[in-house]
Amino acid sequence: MKFNRIKTIALAITIALMAFNCNNDDNITVPTGPDFTGTYIQEDQMARPAVGTVFVSSGSKDSFNVTTPSQQSSAFQMMFQNNLEGLSPAYSNPGDTNALGLTSAQFSGLLATDVLNVSLDGTTTFFDGTNVLTGRALADDVITVELILIFGGETGLTNSENPGLSDDNVNANDKAFLSSFPYLATPW
Amino acid sequence: MKKTKFLIAAAIIGVSSIVAIAADHIDAPAVTGGTNDITDFYAFQGQNTSNLVLVANVQGLLSPSSTANATFDENTLIEFNIDTNNDNVEDLVIQATPRNGIMYFFGPAAPLQTGLDSTILTNDAAGSVEITAYGQNAITATENGMQFFAGPRDDPFFFDSGQYNAIIDGMATSFNNPGNDSFAGTNVLSVVVEVPKSLVGGSGTINTWVESKRRQ
Repeated sequence: MKFNRIKTIALAITIALMAFNCNNDDNITVPTGPDFTGTYIQEDQMARPAVGTVFVSSGSKDSFNVTTPSQQSSAFQMMFQNNLEGLSPAYSNPGDTNALGLTSAQFSGLLATDVLNVSLDGTTTFFDGTNVLTGRALADDVITVELILIFGGETGLTNSENPGLSDDNVNANDKAFLSSFPYLATPW
Repeated sequence: MKKTKFLIAAAIIGVSSIVAIAADHIDAPAVTGGTNDITDFYAFQGQNTSNLVLVANVQGLLSPSSTANATFDENTLIEFNIDTNNDNVEDLVIQATPRNGIMYFFGPAAPLQTGLDSTILTNDAAGSVEITAYGQNAITATENGMQFFAGPRDDPFFFDSGQYNAIIDGMATSFNNPGNDSFAGTNVLSVVVEVPKSLVGGSGTINTWVESKRRQ
């Protein structure tokens, strides 16, 4: 009995020592996790497609990318309006509007705050003939929508004032999208 | 008259529009061609209509031969911004940043500070996914009700930007029919997040945008 008890105690001590050693080893070999510290400073941003490209003058593109959306309208609305009127004859006459009924001041005011409005209640599309600015789906022909609103005039959806400028005639992606996650097509 | 005015305007603007390419591809000198250059942003309802899908694409116009060598930058933070009360200030962010072949996601959660400077919300880790290599089947992960993907994809953008630039530069007066997709056959690096709508506002309309930020 006594001998067995001594063996048991010895075993317990051995296990304890091993456990201590294991623990010690762990402290040495446990890898550190990824480092997520530090401050990250903004370099680029976007929301609606092509807005920065089309409406921001070349010397202002970097500053547009580091102006927060809540500050963009006061800083850029007039630039957007000037570039819109310079680009499109559809706003030549006082009171001219696009197919959304927006004048150059109103349309540039909408665009100058560059956020993408997204509905959480149903269809999400840039424009599908019914819904306007409720998101941006992969298959949306956003460029043609924007060309219609820039060049088409009041009747841009059915009878553009500048038909040669309001559709680039590229209406779909070069690969089919997936119906399930991650939705985007495999790379070429 | 209208056409004349347009051509004059095009000639004036043309000089400054030589690098105007597309959705947001190579849009500004500070980011053009860099790892932080955002090419596109999408936000749409998921296959599960209770979810919202957010897509950020960076590093556009990758040829197939250059795609295998394109990598996400570990000093880059991609941040989806969500404004739920229509003041155009972010109330929630979803952050993505790569480390050693894995894309880590944080949020949606309130940022510690709004605006141009961000810190990573390590107390709001959402999950991670192995970055899919070129030529590999898409690796996705599902954690906390969210789905994640990061890796090369076909650029979903389509536009005859070549003809647009010709028009702007005064070399053409209209688009061609059919047009030529300047982005056909090119790839981007994509970050895709699917998130329950209940975590980003629930109902109504939200305002969203995406930012790329560099570690200082």
